[in-house]
Amino acid sequence: MLGFFLGRLAQAALVMLVMSVLVFLGVYAIGNPIDVLIDPAASPGQRLALIQQYGLDLPLWQQYLRFLGSVLQGDFGNSFVFRIPVLSLILSRLPATLELATTAMLIATLLGVPLGIWAGYRPQARSSKAIMAVSVIGFSVPTFWVGLLLILFFAVEFRWLPSGGRGPTGALGLSIWSAEGWTFLLLPALNLSLFKFGLLIRLVRAGTEEVMGSEHVRFARAQGLPERQVVGLHVLKNIGIPIITVFGLEFGSTLAFAVVTETVFNWPGMGKLIIESITALDRPVMVAYLILVVLLFVLINLLVELTYGFLDPRVRVKGAP
Amino acid sequence: MSGASPVRSLPALEVRGLRTQFASRGGIVHAVDGVSFAIGRGEILGLVGESGSGKSVTGFSILGLVEPPGRVVEGEILLDGRPIGHLAAGAMRRLRGAQVAMVFQDPLMTLNPVLRIGTQMAAAVRAHDRVSRAAAWDRAGQALATVGIPSPRERLDAYPHQLSGGMRQRVAIATALLHSPKAIIADEPTTALDVSIQGQILAEVRRLADSTGTAFLWITHDLAVVSSLADAICVMYAGRVVERGPADAVIAAPRHPYTVALVGSVPSGHAPGERLPQLAGGLPPPGGDPGCLFRTRCPRATTVCATPPPQGDFGAGHTALCHHPVEHAA
Repeated sequence: MLGFFLGRLAQAALVMLVMSVLVFLGVYAIGNPIDVLIDPAASPGQRLALIQQYGLDLPLWQQYLRFLGSVLQGDFGNSFVFRIPVLSLILSRLPATLELATTAMLIATLLGVPLGIWAGYRPQARSSKAIMAVSVIGFSVPTFWVGLLLILFFAVEFRWLPSGGRGPTGALGLSIWSAEGWTFLLLPALNLSLFKFGLLIRLVRAGTEEVMGSEHVRFARAQGLPERQVVGLHVLKNIGIPIITVFGLEFGSTLAFAVVTETVFNWPGMGKLIIESITALDRPVMVAYLILVVLLFVLINLLVELTYGFLDPRVRVKGAP
Repeated sequence: MSGASPVRSLPALEVRGLRTQFASRGGIVHAVDGVSFAIGRGEILGLVGESGSGKSVTGFSILGLVEPPGRVVEGEILLDGRPIGHLAAGAMRRLRGAQVAMVFQDPLMTLNPVLRIGTQMAAAVRAHDRVSRAAAWDRAGQALATVGIPSPRERLDAYPHQLSGGMRQRVAIATALLHSPKAIIADEPTTALDVSIQGQILAEVRRLADSTGTAFLWITHDLAVVSSLADAICVMYAGRVVERGPADAVIAAPRHPYTVALVGSVPSGHAPGERLPQLAGGLPPPGGDPGCLFRTRCPRATTVCATPPPQGDFGAGHTALCHHPVEHAA
């Protein structure tokens, strides 16, 4: 188990290293940040001093090593725009995105999994066909459009919920502690969950259909197991692996790229920050954000792989518990 | 063997005139076309036939597990004299596993790979008896012991892939035995096993039938298996039973040309290297043909075979449906 874990950790470190090179090169290719930073009226002497201060006169590989060195110390530099350390800037936006993504995943899972199981259990039923139609809409209609519709109906037309922004925050910088916080959270979370909801339904249905047709379900029925047990015992655990895989990937990409929803609902999360940084060419924020996103995906995938062993004994490594 | 006394009290499992049909695009397929048999307590009936002859569908029909587009259209199924063919879904569910159980062909496929043996067996216990989880595991362990699995308590914690094929099939049989059912339908349970393991399982089943009084319907295409195991044999062809009788009589003196061909294609009794006789052609589409369905492949067929074949009686319950049964000298 430890060997497996260390091996995966080494792999993760390698991925991070490669990504840091790619991110560095990609951002370097955008152009010279000095033109953004400096007052156009500055003298050539001031200009040169600033270039040397940021190390932009060094050869590319040296610049990379300097960058890598400071990143390893947790120092991503200061934001050009906000003039504060990038890491604390991003982390200050993290709770907003985290609660948005988590709520969206919860909505998608709590609704999508039962509906998917039903659709897979009774594929011919009219209700199942309706569920499948909804799922197609779920992942084919563009997010921003659904977001606008939600605002139009629930905020503008009925005036039930606010059209955007975020409620008061409490402990851990989260807004889920008050009812008012939830009124702000509900619409964007719903909007963000729609795609995942549709995806989960299809995934769960396919898995359920496969398991229901399997010999061990037939055998379970031959033993007189009630249908509730057949589904609860045999289906749920067997369809776990694909669901956890997609769940992990989706959770990562929701955290990283909730951009559209955050923009439509004016949600002050990380996605909105990165968009602002790109328009302002705020290089340190972009670099740090991309590196953190890669770290996030690597960690989530590691967790997902560890879960496999729990769900399916056959993929358990020798010596594992 | 116990099959020697033909007149007994009520048979443990009796099937009368069972017809199961599948609606397909090309019309109705008569998978099981009027099958009848009876199995007494502790008896083993071998249901023999080639693939597609309707053996397995017969088994599933008894348990009410035929899936659409299949449908049992006619016939009576009696368990200890009680008709069970027309029970409601819930009543049938309570009966399955408790009164009549089933064992399938591939032991790797019939056990859920991601659940412990004990979890699956305990679920089968608790499907019919309200007992605690711990008590259910206890009973599962005892059942494993009765089918000859060493250190059963540890086996309960194992996952199916940690057991050999023979072990897994023993687990399946133990699961079927959990509620001491009146009858067990075994659908080719030893086909996927190697010969030595098969022999052990057969001996175990014979012992279980004798000691528990459970009736077995042993579905197989392997005549060698039934000849060593079964008390009586029914030979199925294209959805119909064409010959039936005590196992030794049917094997030693087959009357129906199809049974003769089946017995003839068993390798034992032939010199090594000698070409085994083969039956040309394939099964006819099981349809509403009243005549003998084997006539298209039968060496003895004449024009009269297009009419319903008469039932020839050859003594001791040995009968065959044929216009031209094979004669045996004394």
